Formats: sequence, structure tokens, C-alpha cells
Amino acid sequence: MASNVEGPSLAIEARGLVKRFDGFTAVDGVDLSVPVGAVYGILGPNGAGKTTTLRMLLGIIDPDAGSRRILGAERPHDVAHAIGYLPEERGLYPAMKATEAIAFLGALRGLPLREGRRRAHELLERHGLGYAADRQIRQLSKGMAQQVQILGTLVHRPRLVILDEPFSGLDALNQGKLERMIRGLAEEGTTVIFSTHVIAHAERLCDDVAIIAGGKVPFAGSVDEARDRIPRQVRLETRDPDGAWRKALPVDARREGTFWNFSLPEGGVEPLLRALIEGDAGILSLSIERAGLHDAFVAIAGAAAARALDVGSEQEDVR
Amino acid sequence: MNGRLSVLAAAWVVARRDFTAILFSRSFFFFLLGPLFPVLIAVLAGSLGSRVDASQERPVLGIAMSVADADALERTRARLAPVLDEELPELLVIRRLAKGESYDPGEALALRKVKTAAILSGSLEKPVLTGPGGLIEAWRGPVSMLAAQARSGAEIAYPAVALKPVARSSATERKGRFATAQGAQTLLFLLTMMLAGMVLSNLVEEKGNKIIEVLAAAVPMDAVFLGKLFAMLGISLVGIATWAATLGLLWLGGGISPERLPDPAVGWPLLIALGVVYFAMAYLLLGSVFLAIGSMATTVREVQTLSMPVTMAQLMVFFFASFAMTQPGSAVEIAAVLVPFSSPFAMLARAAQEPALLPHVLAIGWQMLWVALLVRGGARLFRSRVMKSGPAGKTRRRSRWSLRRP
Repeated sequence: MASNVEGPSLAIEARGLVKRFDGFTAVDGVDLSVPVGAVYGILGPNGAGKTTTLRMLLGIIDPDAGSRRILGAERPHDVAHAIGYLPEERGLYPAMKATEAIAFLGALRGLPLREGRRRAHELLERHGLGYAADRQIRQLSKGMAQQVQILGTLVHRPRLVILDEPFSGLDALNQGKLERMIRGLAEEGTTVIFSTHVIAHAERLCDDVAIIAGGKVPFAGSVDEARDRIPRQVRLETRDPDGAWRKALPVDARREGTFWNFSLPEGGVEPLLRALIEGDAGILSLSIERAGLHDAFVAIAGAAAARALDVGSEQEDVR
Repeated sequence: MNGRLSVLAAAWVVARRDFTAILFSRSFFFFLLGPLFPVLIAVLAGSLGSRVDASQERPVLGIAMSVADADALERTRARLAPVLDEELPELLVIRRLAKGESYDPGEALALRKVKTAAILSGSLEKPVLTGPGGLIEAWRGPVSMLAAQARSGAEIAYPAVALKPVARSSATERKGRFATAQGAQTLLFLLTMMLAGMVLSNLVEEKGNKIIEVLAAAVPMDAVFLGKLFAMLGISLVGIATWAATLGLLWLGGGISPERLPDPAVGWPLLIALGVVYFAMAYLLLGSVFLAIGSMATTVREVQTLSMPVTMAQLMVFFFASFAMTQPGSAVEIAAVLVPFSSPFAMLARAAQEPALLPHVLAIGWQMLWVALLVRGGARLFRSRVMKSGPAGKTRRRSRWSLRRP
């Protein structure tokens, strides 16, 4: 899906968002454009500013500078009935029954309680949690309580769903269920925006991503655009691991057993192939792979971190 | 199906949840039982006190006089007992002195030769009381009367006095109304302090449960603030109604007629109605301050630290209102009525003492204005602080990259 789309087709449009806490700048000029109907990932390490950005988008806290429009509204609470939000720090009333908890979350978004209870039963049954409908939240496992909260986030059928680290705390089985749920929402036309520090989820689910590091967004665009930020990788296996043909390999070539890994040369693969054949390298296999989102993330966020004064040590960790 | 909620509608959703959750919780049952403990302690202490009182022997006055004087005193005491028994000291002849015999009562008491509280010596014409200062001071009159009667030896007929009690005089009415004012003011203070503190613990618990962010994302913070404040007001009124009903039943069951209570100036029904209104005002004023404090605190310890000055200030306000009550119509009373936090207390005391109703209308209007201002200010502070007060340094902590490979 195309990024940076202007106009009413944007579910979220943020310009220059800034948030400071006691002199510390947590978010520093963030721009975001989330198209309607997109599955949008905000990728970043812990402490990068993801949660603060989401809180500003939702109107939980006000930005110190910048502007945001959510579903066309300048004040997020004006469209709260069309938004579903799952915070990173999950919270439900421990004494509430699962059905009541879901209905209450719906009521906060303007859904009448009776309708909320009906939908809560329906959702719990559909997601295999019908047996827990009348159990108190404190009687549920952490994972189950989290699923109940996710259902509460969706009970009022929002047009925009914002999930802060939705996969944390879920086991592999339930992570898969959540991924399917997000895909289902996208198929229904719901815009889903979620933050994560696990690249795999974003890579599997997202049309567009924003990479956030040190409170800044060095990249926002499609997943393909992010991957194209770094050259494609060549993986070569030869019968003869050494020989004169090695001079044809680029300088960044790294050897792993009988394999060589290096970036695709600017001139393409043909001159290299010719040199290998002429040098009798004995090619067993050669593949050209597009960079993964993880590699793209490291390249993009690492460069940004290098520019930031306060994240020098973190940059080393990434590299 | 769902639409945008107004601030009041959102506040209603929050208040309804809080109200029902607290009402049907185990803690509410204990909350209702709360006042029972001080009452129980007071009853036990009172009963213990009266037992101790009853177990103490009545002090006895020893007589060390000539035979004739001692006998005359005993006879007179016996003759006066039917009409003045309680007022007269118990007498015990410890020594009938022979003519010319001397006796030192001071030495007898100091060396504990006798077990009486004091000793009457000398003669009927010149009686001498020896003993502890307070006691002999109290016995001076009765002993003088006993000596005079014993000396005259005349039989005096004491006529039966017919009693015609009246409900109250203007003096007893003033005293009664003052007592009612004092009681109403103290009750209002205790209820306000106890219940306004509850709103604080409720908020801190919610911050601990991480629910506050869910609420903050869905509805404006003003609605969360109002919802919590009014839910706790509702709970407070349920609690007060329960306590009042229980107390009323016990009172009536104990056979105490309402007529025996001193009437307040505005009458009981109006005083109770005004009490409810002034409680609501005092609660909303203090609750707003406590909620604003709660928004800044993250732990119970922080709450205690932050709320201590407010509690102390409220105590001062109570003392101020109590002092003002003793000077109706003075500048001090007017000041107590004008200061928003003491106004409900001062006005409730006034309702017990003065029948005029117009000042209450004005005072309630004045207090409502301050409630609106404080609720608004509190909500603003709440909104700006409640989502900032995470664990110290959380936002500053730049964690190491925890990026996981696919």
C-alpha cells in the first residue's frame, strides 16, 4: 500500500509531534500518515517513543508541539467511538466477569451495555472462550485476560484499531490467533496500527511501517521500500572455496563454510558470474535475496541512532 | 449503533461501574461495619468506666467529737437522710472523746490510723474538717448544716415538694441547640474525611490495575474525574443512609423518644436535609482535592505523603468552624461561612442554632460555585498529571535495544 498518501484517505495524519517529560524529549518531531484500511506497524526498540506517540494520537496525553488528525478529527475523543485501543500495560477490573469487562469497554466507546453483553458472549464463543464468560478476570490466566481485553477493544466494531505491543504476553498459539484476527480486521476494511519490537509480526502483517528510534521516525513507508533501502544479498556456494576467482567478489563478501555472502554489485550479477565461471569456481548454488525487514531496520534505525547524541551506545548494540 | 459520548454520558458510564463494583464488593460490607468499631469501643469504655465508678466506695467522714456531739450528729444525719441522702457525707464515729481528751485528726490521717476520707473534730459550735482540700471544701456546706441542725435539736418537718416539669426553658433550648450543632458538625467532619479518603484509595488502586489508561483513551479525563467523584458520593450516601437507618432503629428499639432530643432551630427534617446537602458540598470540595492529589501519586506511600497536609488543613478548617460556632453573628462566623472548605460545617452549625433559611440558600449557591471551580481545576490537573506519573525515570530510561530477529 502506498505511503504518505495525503487527503481524506488517511486514518491518521500526524505532523511534527513532540513530547517532553521533565526536560527529556521522548518524541521529537514524529510525522505519520496511516492510510485508511492499512495494517500499519510502528517498529522500534523499547523506549524509542512508540507508546508516547500512540498516547498522543489517542489524546491520552497532549503533544507539546505538532498536530494530529484521527479519522479526520482534530480531537481524538471526538471519534473515540470509532477507535479501539489496547494499551501496552493491560488493565481490567479483576473482580469483573469476562462478559461484563468486554461490555464495559464497549460502553466506554458508546456501545449500550445490553448490546455489549450480547456481543461479548458472541465474541467469546467465536474465539473459543465461551466457557470463561462468567468467570472473573482474576480467575483467568494472564493470556486469557489479555484475549478478553483484545475482544473488548473490538466489541464496538471500531474503524481504527490501535494496539500497543499486542503480541507481548501471548504464547505462540495465541500470537497466531491474533495475527489472523488482525488480517480479518484488515479484510473488513478496518485500519489497524500496532507497535512492536518483534520484526517478524510486522513483516508478516504490515503494508506500511514507521521505524522509530530515539523519539524520531527515520523511515515511514511501505515494507518493500524499507527493504529496498539496502542492496539485495547474494548467497554463493562453490565447490572450490578458494581460488583466483575470489578477486571477483565484492569487498564486503563474508565466508560461512562453503558459502559466501555479499551485497549485489551495482553492475549486476552477470559480470560476477562470468568471472566465477572463468575462474573455475565450481558454482554449486547462487541465490539473490531481498533484504529482510530486520536488516532494513538495522540499517535505517542504526543510521538515525548515529545522528542522535544520546543513543551512541545503543547503535553499537544494533550493529 | 454506538455514537460519541458526551462528557456527562461518559462520566455516567464510569460512575455506574464504580458504584456497582463498590456496592457489591466485600469491602463495602466492611466499610458499612467501619463505624461500628469506634461505637463498640465507646460502649465498652463507658461500661467499664461506670463499673469502675460503681465499685468505688462512697467516701466516709470520720467523727472525733464528744459523746453528745457525735450522737447528735448521727441522729441528725439519720433524720435528714430521706430527703438529702446523696448530698450528705456518710458518717462514722471513730472516737467519742471524753471530757478534756485531745485528738489530732491530721496525725490520724497521716499515719493511716483511720480508714475515713476526712475527720470532723472540734465541737458543734466550732466544727473542724481535716482531710484532702477538694473533699473538705465540698463537705463544708453539708457539715455546717448538719452541725447547725444537731445543735438546735429541733424536729423540722420537711414538706413534700410537688414537681411540675416543663419540656425546656430558653436556657436549656440554647444549650441543646448548641449541642446539636456541635454533634452535627463533628459528624459531618468525620464522614467527609472518611469518605473523601476513599476516593483517593480507589484511584490509586485503579492506577495500580493499569485501567486508567484504558479509561483515558476512551473518554475525556474530565469524565473520569467526575464519574469517580460522583460514584463515591453515591456510595457515601448509601453508607450514610444505612448507618442512619440502623441508628434510628436502635434508638427507637431502645425506647428513646425523639422528643427527648434537643430540637435544632430549623427543625429535624430540614436539618437532616441540609446535612445531606452540606455533606455533598464538603465531600465534593475535599474529594476534588484528593482526586487531584491521587492523579500525582503512584503508590500508597506517595498518597499518604501528599494527602497529609490536606488532612491537617481540613482539621484546622474543622477547628475554625467549631470556634466560629461559639460566636454566632460575629466576623469569625461570617469568615467561616465564606471560606469554601469551612462553609458547609459553619452553615450546618448555624442551621442547628438559627431558624433563618435565606442564608442557607445563599451559602449553598456560594459553595456550589466553589465546587464547580474546584472540580474543574481538579479535573484539569488530573488530566495533565494522571498519565505522566509512571514509575520514576521510566520515560528517561533508554533501554538497550531489545530487537528480536524473526
